[in-house]
Amino acid sequence: AQQMGAKFDSMFANSSAETKTTTEKGFVEGFAKQVGDIGSIMIAILVAVLFTMLLVAANTMAQSVRERTSEMGVLKTLGFSSGSILALVLGESVLIAVIGGSLGLGLAWLIVQNGDPTNGMLPIFILPARDVVIGAVMIVVLGLIAGALPAFNAMNLKITDALRRS
Amino acid sequence: MNFISQTFAVTMLNLRTIPQRLGSSGVAIIGIAGVVIVLVSVLSIAQGFSAAMEQTGSDSRALVMRSGADSEMTSGLGAPEIDIIKQAPGLRREGQAGVASAELYVIIDIPKIGTNSPANVPMRGVEPMASTVRSEFSIVEGRMFQFGTNEVVVGRGAVANFQGLTVGSTIHSGQNTWQVVGMFETDGSIAETEIWCDSRVLQGAYRRGNTYQTLLASLDSSQSFDTFRDWLTANPQVNVQVRRETEYYAQQSRALSTLIRTVGFGIAALMGIGAVFGAILTMYTAVSTRSREIATLRALGFNTTSVVVSVLTESLALAAIGGAIGGVLAYVAFNGYQTSTMNFSTFSQVAFAFQVTPRLLTMGLTYALLMGLIGGLFPALRAARLPIPSALREL
Repeated sequence: AQQMGAKFDSMFANSSAETKTTTEKGFVEGFAKQVGDIGSIMIAILVAVLFTMLLVAANTMAQSVRERTSEMGVLKTLGFSSGSILALVLGESVLIAVIGGSLGLGLAWLIVQNGDPTNGMLPIFILPARDVVIGAVMIVVLGLIAGALPAFNAMNLKITDALRRS
Repeated sequence: MNFISQTFAVTMLNLRTIPQRLGSSGVAIIGIAGVVIVLVSVLSIAQGFSAAMEQTGSDSRALVMRSGADSEMTSGLGAPEIDIIKQAPGLRREGQAGVASAELYVIIDIPKIGTNSPANVPMRGVEPMASTVRSEFSIVEGRMFQFGTNEVVVGRGAVANFQGLTVGSTIHSGQNTWQVVGMFETDGSIAETEIWCDSRVLQGAYRRGNTYQTLLASLDSSQSFDTFRDWLTANPQVNVQVRRETEYYAQQSRALSTLIRTVGFGIAALMGIGAVFGAILTMYTAVSTRSREIATLRALGFNTTSVVVSVLTESLALAAIGGAIGGVLAYVAFNGYQTSTMNFSTFSQVAFAFQVTPRLLTMGLTYALLMGLIGGLFPALRAARLPIPSALREL
């Protein structure tokens, strides 16, 4: 297509009706770029959103671990290794993230099924499988990061400290 | 102790002990600040865009286009019609000549600075009266172009956003070359995204014959609009629509600003839900770490309502701090940030700057307070309903 386009342009060059040929995809992309660096604006906004939510999730996990310090102490006394405590906390964090994230992805998919909500302004709304996978990966990563610090603290808890707090 | 001093005492107790709970209070503050930053910055895009569009118009100028056209691009007026329009009553006159400029509007492809993809830059062919009609026009660099030549002047916004438009450069478009001899500004309106040249030369370059697309007329007073319009629409020799310039541009900006505002509010609403939960968690922690003190106060006879109010006030205070931080950060980071985007109605670029106005900051702060209120409600009710004996026994 590129070659045909170049050929057309050279046929009409310097005539009274010069042409400029692009592929349909290139034309639409050019249009989208004109609206402004949409890609980077969206990413900047979403980074801010993710960061805020990460903070809230981490706080929640930290609180939940704090509340159950004595239980962790009992588990350790019973013989659970520090590694398994780590896995427990991280697992809980990832599970919560998966539940919430899947709800979000599902809602997004539902909305996109309905087509274009902007009345023709931005006509194409699709959710390709690739983006769903990216979403799933982000969910797990978010869960892991949010739970990391509390899990680490729980893992290193000394049994005597933990039991003293009850 | 009466009710007010009770409430005041308990509230001060809450607020003064915030430093003991700095960690979780900090999280609530940052959460709310994040939401406010996103809300204010996205809305500032819409604000800057519509300000640029509205700034462009003046109440005492009227835009004449072909009847049925929805924008300058789709209108067409022949030279005989222009002559008739210039005779309309209500038009400001300087000596014999009416202060009006018949104009031609085309689009040329110039790459945006930064990306290499071409953008639709408007090129306006004007008559000598153009700078008189637009009183806010002034040349800031170089000089005005000479009518009859292929010289052009470029607006400040266009120079900032598109490649190769500085004074002294040459623009190549199709078979035409244009020499940039000056840069102008028009008080921040969208005319600054345009390139101006002589309409006669433009007509020749684009083989338009002796036609124009619009006429921008300066009325002798803002009240003569009705006389001007009625004479023209009643006249059987011309087939035009007449609008105040302000109204035309307000309508043009509506589609894009509505879209941006919807996106902004939507994202902020969703984020807000998350931030509210963060605030709820912080407040629950605050209440449970001090349940013994609260129970003691209640046992002493303090009113339960004063306890509720104190928790709510603490929540509102944290939210207010978060909202203020978010607003200030958004202002510092984004106010005045230059960018350009496409106006869907005319398919041409509009350069504008993000605008963080006091109204937006107030909106952000109000939203923050709302989140704080919702976040503090349930913890406050829980504090009020703590059964005193078991609370006193708690660690």
